[in-house]
Amino acid sequence: MTHISRRTVLKGTTAALALGVFAGPALSQAIEELVIAYNVNLPSWDPTVGPSAVNPTIQGIYQSVFDQFILQQPDLSPAPGLLTEWGWNEDKTKVTMTVREGVTWHDGSPFTAEDVAWSLTRAADPATGNPIQFIWSTLANVKAEGNTVTADVASFEPTIFKWMYFLTGYVLPKAYYEKVGAEGFEAAPIGTGPYMVDKFERNAFVRLKANPNYWGGKPDFETVTIKFVTDAASRVAEIESGNSHVTLEMPYEEFDRLKGGSGIGGIAHPISDIGMIFINDIEPMLDPNVRKAAAHAIDKKLLVERLLSGYGVPIDTLQTPDYLAYDPSITVAYDPELATKLLAESGYSPENPIKFKIQTTRGFKPKDYEIIQAIVGLWRKVGIEAEIEVYEIAKHYELRAADQLAPAAFYNWGNSIGDPSTSTGHAMFGPTPHSVWDGQELIDMIGPLWGEKDEDKRIAGWKAVDKHIAENALVIPLLQYVQPILHASGVAVTPHSSGALLPHLIKRA
Amino acid sequence: MKLLRATLLRLLTMSVTLIGVAVVVFFVIRVVPGNPIAMMLPPGATEDDVARLTALYGLDKSIVEQFVIWLGGVLQGDFGTSISLRQPVMPLVLGRLPATLELAIFALVIAVIVGGALALTGVRHRETRTETAVDVANGVGLSIPDFLWALILIVLFGVLMPIFHISGRISPSLDLPFVTQFYVFESVARLRFDLWWDLLKHMFMPALALAIPLAAIISQLLKQSLKETMHLDYVTLSRTKGYSENHVILSEALPNAMLPTLTLIGVQFTFLIGGTVIIERLFSYEGLGNMAIDAVINRDLPLIQGIVIVFALLFTIINLLVDMMYAVLNPRLRHA
Repeated sequence: MTHISRRTVLKGTTAALALGVFAGPALSQAIEELVIAYNVNLPSWDPTVGPSAVNPTIQGIYQSVFDQFILQQPDLSPAPGLLTEWGWNEDKTKVTMTVREGVTWHDGSPFTAEDVAWSLTRAADPATGNPIQFIWSTLANVKAEGNTVTADVASFEPTIFKWMYFLTGYVLPKAYYEKVGAEGFEAAPIGTGPYMVDKFERNAFVRLKANPNYWGGKPDFETVTIKFVTDAASRVAEIESGNSHVTLEMPYEEFDRLKGGSGIGGIAHPISDIGMIFINDIEPMLDPNVRKAAAHAIDKKLLVERLLSGYGVPIDTLQTPDYLAYDPSITVAYDPELATKLLAESGYSPENPIKFKIQTTRGFKPKDYEIIQAIVGLWRKVGIEAEIEVYEIAKHYELRAADQLAPAAFYNWGNSIGDPSTSTGHAMFGPTPHSVWDGQELIDMIGPLWGEKDEDKRIAGWKAVDKHIAENALVIPLLQYVQPILHASGVAVTPHSSGALLPHLIKRA
Repeated sequence: MKLLRATLLRLLTMSVTLIGVAVVVFFVIRVVPGNPIAMMLPPGATEDDVARLTALYGLDKSIVEQFVIWLGGVLQGDFGTSISLRQPVMPLVLGRLPATLELAIFALVIAVIVGGALALTGVRHRETRTETAVDVANGVGLSIPDFLWALILIVLFGVLMPIFHISGRISPSLDLPFVTQFYVFESVARLRFDLWWDLLKHMFMPALALAIPLAAIISQLLKQSLKETMHLDYVTLSRTKGYSENHVILSEALPNAMLPTLTLIGVQFTFLIGGTVIIERLFSYEGLGNMAIDAVINRDLPLIQGIVIVFALLFTIINLLVDMMYAVLNPRLRHA
């Protein structure tokens, strides 16, 4: 007779409990309800107001529920959305927009040109607190008639239509918003987007239901749950355990470990975010030899290969290859001999180095601190001794707005509309709170481009600015980031170059 | 009468503490680098735009003026509006507090059960290998911080044996009939054990991560205390009366030995609530701690103030309860 001990019984019971009662979902099962482990929380549902309105990472959630004025395709190019046509008149004093017909809001009410006109007017009203009000206020006297919206150009803004698929460029429901107010809208938001909000638990998840009347066609998944999992290790565990089907932004080492593994696929796609080093025009950066040496001493290819496992694209201007004003002929070569020579001309050497501070975040972007550590090592070889100061991103914003950054400061810049004015322009135009390089020569070059009406001339102007910046090392562009996405093998993900993970672009494989 | 006077005195001290916390927090978070307006400045914003947004959020006034306005609101029950969440602060904070309290209480229950069991086992088998094993377990439990326990548990029970949920408080697919935010208690009250089970599967790992270090502390202190008590005359007397060792430990030694442990549990419970901040983040648990981190990242000044004040109120209440409980349980204090 077999003896069954108390310990054996306990073991068996535990195993049965573990396998039966607690069993979780598996990656191999057919996916009915898509679950995404998202890397940020959604603080607020109004995509036009407050800090979340300008947080690029949140835009993917907003774009699931709300449509922007103009649709942005995964390659960043514009396409007809709620607006099917748009443009200026001949002398660029008026804009005309044609509104798509047959679209309904999530509550079933018809979407009209009035909604577009109201959304534009509201965005331009300083009282609403739209952080991009300064752009929207360049249009005035917005009127709707039939399916056409017209507006006067108060001041010419060449990128106004690009902002219609960028931050705060969303169409909200006039009648519904006026009926329920801001609080009511926050509690039960509606849009015209591919998904409708079914349930929202702040700091936890949002459950979305497919919009059966979506003008772009019903999405593949009837239900999508977006879980807010802000910790990267937990997101990796979510996908590894099969609790989530898609996740993004994890360490590249983890991405490499899991992609192609059992039931998990991976996509690494270049996005519109770049890493760069701001140069402040204070000592010792007023010496062009120091700036140029600092730029030429950095081996960007090596940084990408060694620190980012190859997931990054070295850049020499603030334009990525996807941007409108990208000019591959502008290059800043890795040339340590030249860097040593330039420093020697100013009396510096590895034995007698020039000393300054470089600021960086730590953990805000992939390997940010490690990249700066490596750069400091490369600089040391040519005669630059940089002291690293780690700061929080909030401090960076404050110091940059007050023009008090250190001589060198690492930062990342997002520009999902790919226009040079929103990359080189705002980063390098002295009078804005975003730029710390205040040289008059650059101000004189950039100034006329803001209102330039001839598009070819405008783009050529920005390329000239980029060339001037590269030749004088007024900023040190480093790399274009690559976004890692892990997904269950049962789904196919279309990445968006803006970095937004859009549920309606995820299909069954 | 004495007790009433002592309680009133404690309430007065609590009020002074809370006012002190409010003042310190208000001024400190405005002095540290990083302001909410800089966080929301988009590319292309001008100095005028900065000024417009600064005025819109009332940050253009002096810190003293801001404090007076804020205090005026607080006295009327208005703790301001969250900058990032765009809703009144106090309903937001009180809406999240129950989740954190349930997690902390669950962790405390686990810690007391595990720590108590370890201590009793160690004393029952003192000076044997079992006691050594208990000491080793205590050492491991204490030397590994709670966030590391969290990661270990995620790997063990979230990935390798996926039996518990890694993130959240409850499964999104469930329909929630709750009218309060105390989901665990309400699910039991409604006899909805399916919801209760789901809540437990979400809460188990974060609670265990919080509980392990506290369990080790409880075990160590209670074991030591029990061992000292075991040498006292009245315990020896009960042994000579022929009571079993288990009876001696549980009925004679434990009531006296647990008094210092109770005080420690009270103090440690406040630390445990503080520990929920990082643990809630790791498990994406929708509690006050998780909200606190977002508030700090976004420099949401009104929300930070609200959260800190509620935490401070909670800590003072716990301390008061511990003191009162100690007075009730300790005969010397009860009759003093």
